[in-house]
Amino acid sequence: MKHNVYLYILGMWLVTYLIRVLPLTLIRREITNRTIRSFLYYVPYVTLAVMTFPAILTATQSPISGALALVAGLVLAWRGGSLFQVSVACCAVVFLAELVLVR
Amino acid sequence: MVTDRMKWFTKGLRDGIPIMLGYFAVSIALGISARNAGMTAPQATIASALIMASAGQYIGFTLIAAGASYLEVMVMEAIANARYLLMSCALSQKLDPALPLRHRLLMGLWITDEIFGVSVSVEGRLNPYYVYGMAAVATPGWALGTLMGVVLGNVLPARVVSALSVGLFGMFMSIFVPPAKQNRVIAALVVISFAASYAFNALSWFDGISSGIKIIILTVVISLGAALLFPVKEERHEA
Repeated sequence: MKHNVYLYILGMWLVTYLIRVLPLTLIRREITNRTIRSFLYYVPYVTLAVMTFPAILTATQSPISGALALVAGLVLAWRGGSLFQVSVACCAVVFLAELVLVR
Repeated sequence: MVTDRMKWFTKGLRDGIPIMLGYFAVSIALGISARNAGMTAPQATIASALIMASAGQYIGFTLIAAGASYLEVMVMEAIANARYLLMSCALSQKLDPALPLRHRLLMGLWITDEIFGVSVSVEGRLNPYYVYGMAAVATPGWALGTLMGVVLGNVLPARVVSALSVGLFGMFMSIFVPPAKQNRVIAALVVISFAASYAFNALSWFDGISSGIKIIILTVVISLGAALLFPVKEERHEA
């Protein structure tokens, strides 16, 4: 490598930080436009849902264990499971399922 | 108020634990990719502690290994992480308009998918100390997992890494499912998001688009459609 790795890291950090911090610092007031408010209200749910599926199916060693974790997570969260409970339950489901599925 | 800060910081530390565990698992794979890219343990660990972006770091490490220019790496980084721009816009509306600049500058360091997800699910205003608490436990998880990945490589059993890696998805579900139970529009949006995301990944003519860009396109299109068709009623009015 002819480039300096630390300079690469610095560049990556700078770009990422600017993206993260500019809206937070520039948008100082409450947005009153109803469409923009509604858009920003829906953004978190849509983006988290988009990131969850189908990525959960390829995160594990077997797509079946990923699918089982998805179902378990949805059901447990629907029934009021906490952040920690849902998270741990998904891990446990994958671990147990792969004891059978993956050898 | 000091007690309020302590309360939120402590709550952040507690809610940060599942994030830390998930980060630890996911970043082991990241560390392995850093090692494959020819990076040393200190380099990879520092990169993770500073940048805290999974897809962005993967892409960055790959380009570094390929000897890309600094500009190329920075442009790709901006594309891979552009979704944080949307998240930051959404978070800006959760803050007290009078929140000082220094808190905004500090919080900006830790807008990750997970910390953002937990932060927006807070009722009412977001206290920055909640973010600091989560970051205080999540950042070491991400950095140490990366270090483990570089140093130990594949020593951890694959089934342990596999199980831990769904922890973050479990967190996402615990954030978007409860509001979907209360609000039919959000429930429909979750189903539409799943279907659209699946289609985007399955159809081969989208192969050239990075996963970061796919997330942005889907988020903007679906959220904008929902905002136009089902604008949110203003229940609580801030003076």
